[in-house]
Amino acid sequence: MNAPLRRVGVVVMVLFGLLFANLNWIQAYKADEYRTSDYNGRVQVAEYDRKRGNIEVGGTAYALSKETGGELKYQRTYPGGKTYAHVLGWKPVNGGASGIERIENDFLAGTSDALIANRIKDMFTGDETGGGNVLLTLSKRAQETAYKQLNDNQVGATKGAAIAIDPRTGAVQALVSMPSFDPNPLASHDSTEADRAYNALEKDKDRPLANRALSEVLPPGSTFKIVMAAAALENGIGQQTQIPAGPSYTAPGAGVPIKNAAPSICPQSQVTLREAVTKSCNTGFAQLGVRLGADKVKEKARQFGFEQEDLTVGQNGDGGLPVAASRTGDMQNPDGGTDPAALAQSSIGQNNVRMTPLQGALIAAAVANDGSQMRPYLVKQLLGPDRTTVYDAAKPRELRRPVSSQVSADLRSMMQNVVKEGTGERAAIDGYVVGGKTGTAQSGPDTPDHGWFIGFALDKDGTPLSAVCVELEQAGSGGSAEAARIAGRIMAAAIADSGRR
Amino acid sequence: MTAAAVPAASPASTGEQSGVRLARSRRNAELSLLLLAMVLVAAYAAMVEAKALDTVTPDFWIPAAALGLVFLGLHLVIRWLAPYADPALLPAVALLNGIGVGFLRRYDLAQAAPADRADLAIFAGTGGRQLAWTLAAVVLAAGLLAILRDHRTLSRYAYTLGLAGIVLVMIPAVLPGRFSEINGAKLWIRIGGFSIQPGEFAKLALLTFFAYYLVRKREVLSLASRRVLGIDFPRGRDLGPVLVVWLVSLLVLVFEKDLGTSLLYFGMFVVTLYIATERVSWLLIGLLLFFGGAYLAYVLGSTVGGPFANFYDRAQIWLDPFAEPYDRGYQLVQGLLTLGTGGLFGAGPGGGQPTLLPEVQTDFIFAGIGEEIGLFGLSALLVVYLLIVERGLRAALAVRDSFGKLLAGGLAFTLGLQVFVIVGGISKLIPLTGQTTPFLSAGGSSLMANWLLIAVLLRVSDGARRPVTGGGGPAARPAGGPPEQLHGAPTEVIRP
Repeated sequence: MNAPLRRVGVVVMVLFGLLFANLNWIQAYKADEYRTSDYNGRVQVAEYDRKRGNIEVGGTAYALSKETGGELKYQRTYPGGKTYAHVLGWKPVNGGASGIERIENDFLAGTSDALIANRIKDMFTGDETGGGNVLLTLSKRAQETAYKQLNDNQVGATKGAAIAIDPRTGAVQALVSMPSFDPNPLASHDSTEADRAYNALEKDKDRPLANRALSEVLPPGSTFKIVMAAAALENGIGQQTQIPAGPSYTAPGAGVPIKNAAPSICPQSQVTLREAVTKSCNTGFAQLGVRLGADKVKEKARQFGFEQEDLTVGQNGDGGLPVAASRTGDMQNPDGGTDPAALAQSSIGQNNVRMTPLQGALIAAAVANDGSQMRPYLVKQLLGPDRTTVYDAAKPRELRRPVSSQVSADLRSMMQNVVKEGTGERAAIDGYVVGGKTGTAQSGPDTPDHGWFIGFALDKDGTPLSAVCVELEQAGSGGSAEAARIAGRIMAAAIADSGRR
Repeated sequence: MTAAAVPAASPASTGEQSGVRLARSRRNAELSLLLLAMVLVAAYAAMVEAKALDTVTPDFWIPAAALGLVFLGLHLVIRWLAPYADPALLPAVALLNGIGVGFLRRYDLAQAAPADRADLAIFAGTGGRQLAWTLAAVVLAAGLLAILRDHRTLSRYAYTLGLAGIVLVMIPAVLPGRFSEINGAKLWIRIGGFSIQPGEFAKLALLTFFAYYLVRKREVLSLASRRVLGIDFPRGRDLGPVLVVWLVSLLVLVFEKDLGTSLLYFGMFVVTLYIATERVSWLLIGLLLFFGGAYLAYVLGSTVGGPFANFYDRAQIWLDPFAEPYDRGYQLVQGLLTLGTGGLFGAGPGGGQPTLLPEVQTDFIFAGIGEEIGLFGLSALLVVYLLIVERGLRAALAVRDSFGKLLAGGLAFTLGLQVFVIVGGISKLIPLTGQTTPFLSAGGSSLMANWLLIAVLLRVSDGARRPVTGGGGPAARPAGGPPEQLHGAPTEVIRP
């Protein structure tokens, strides 16, 4: 039996040889990759040796690091709590960060290329210069108003979002998603507590971690009529042109007729385009869509930013928080032929049309800014650890030009009329010119409607100051009027913060 | 203490070994190697404290000294009861055991609040418990050496041990999950806050039975065969026991959700069968059956699910752990990252972050240690394991009786296979299964069972190296005398 015993000895040596070879693969060849892997918690622990920079809004730090005296030297805290949660995100001990904490991670941590000089200096002095600071474009008052008004909404909606941007630059003034969450427990050094907090939020069916302002796509309802009106104005229809309306309209091939929200809205067979926008006349826009055709409607929506899949909001360059693509969806038969029923529904923002709150604000902003849509951004400035060196300052740039100056002037005029005497009256701000469009979108056969408002505020000279979109998910009756009221409050706060009042 | 134990070196014929060999006990070599091992363990503890506490406390050496005393006790017992035992086994195992205790103590330091670190009591935490378990395990090993003066005595209890082994394997499978399941594998008996892993002991009992059974059947199994393609294949009816063991292994795989134990039992059996019969065909049949079974379980797991789903899951994780790095793949991913962070030289003892790795005190201890001692340190540990295994196989080569050969060979191989299964598992060489790393992992069952295994190897090696004409111990037989007979073995009938 000695021969097989010797062979077993060889087999064991081969097995151990395999172990040895495999350990070489992991500990020598793959070592660098594993050492710096995103999933490697040690990378984060090393990061805690250096003080992470602040994220600030209007001179106040809303994400800052406090000394602990423990193994992880600094504790990340978020004094703004739920109000700023979706913008700031959080920096957990284990795993990846989110929000601004993620997209500006290298600069905050002090490891970005821009701060390399500090690292070299540290090598000689033995100091640990902290990370850089990120200054945001947000308006404290607008953000706090948006958070409070959205969460205290008078229609009992539990989900929704609000976003306000400066139409001239694209700087985001407020960004709130409801429900929100407290980022502090997620950044806890106690991994059990952090995991428990994360799992509870992750399991919540209202998805508090989701940034609805950027990522939730819902049928936009009548707010889409601004896109329709723009298409109409570019196709020979003026504000005063009569378009077919009526109490009810059944598109060829459609089973269910399209009606207006109330019998008092455009019951006559024809109304002006202006009147159709002001009163939000469904039958008028449905027929307008069928008359224009799917191609023109889709093309106009695309020019306003629908279908863009790679938009990001955040840094001055190209990086930032990802934005979900808004969609116009199918308006044609599978064979490419006309489907008037789908087209009619799509024209009033139903069927397969889906829009993010940010897209709504971008439409309003383009109209307010003379047809020029600016790229939205959140980071105003990157400030060095010494708080004097500016590494990067925002350079606003145009994203696209969806409508001409003339068309935008017509749209502004009609939207102002909506707030003056139409469905959006509650958005009005004393002393400023406010325009907008309400939307009430069916969410499902048995669920309450979504309430929308997109709008803008100009000063007396016509300078655009703020554009906003408020969305109240499944708000039911009165949702769009409440959205208009909240939108007005947010814009008023943004204007007040900019020193214009 | 040395005079009594070092007998005069006298040349003696050693049965089948043709040459003339000096039958020296080599106990002094064992003692010096043991002291060296304990110095290494103490040095390791000092380095841990220097890195983790920024200072070396005045009593850093106490755990190493306590371990040293325990092992010294065993050394004395060996001098007395097994003077010709292999001198490398005890120091090698003592080194692994000491590093294990040292690392577990280091893990306790990482878990303790910074203020409490400097005065961690000697028996506190996982490291302290492991120290206590070591004492118990070594006492058990010494007891076995005392009771078992000749390894062939074991064959008297072969059927009892075989039955006990099967019962021990089956208990966790039939117990309700809350008494037997930890981390998805049903391998435990849990009573109150106390849990034992019967499989660790079953391994020894079953192997003893295999060795006995195969010695009795080896003629039949090796001679009656059919030749196909130049390889001798056994007759259908002789396949019976192999198929039974294969089936039991598969049942373990499915109902205890544990590939490692299943692989261990089956590998153990096939290799003892091969050693007994010297027929390569058994190895081929064994490998085919195992991989066929595993593949079948994988396919069934992906289609039927149910009891096979666990195995399918594990295979999926193994194929791509980074697919779900925070979910199913978390453990394996963290293990790989820990090993990778260690790199070639490691962060130094005490310099790693073992708290970031789940199960670092048990299944993943090899990765946790690897972060601190690097590829070089781990290679050294692998060499120590290899030394133990090859020393065990050497004892098997040298011992004269078939039962002893099978017992020592099987035990040594099983130890090596277990190291391969767990270290291969955490380093993604093979699918990860919950096995303990012998002598390193925290846990009393594993430590006791493996020390018992070492005691048997010591006993067999003592029998192998004991001079035949020497002291007239129970193992000694006059050279050229009648062939020793296994207890209860009737005259073997060779059936055509």
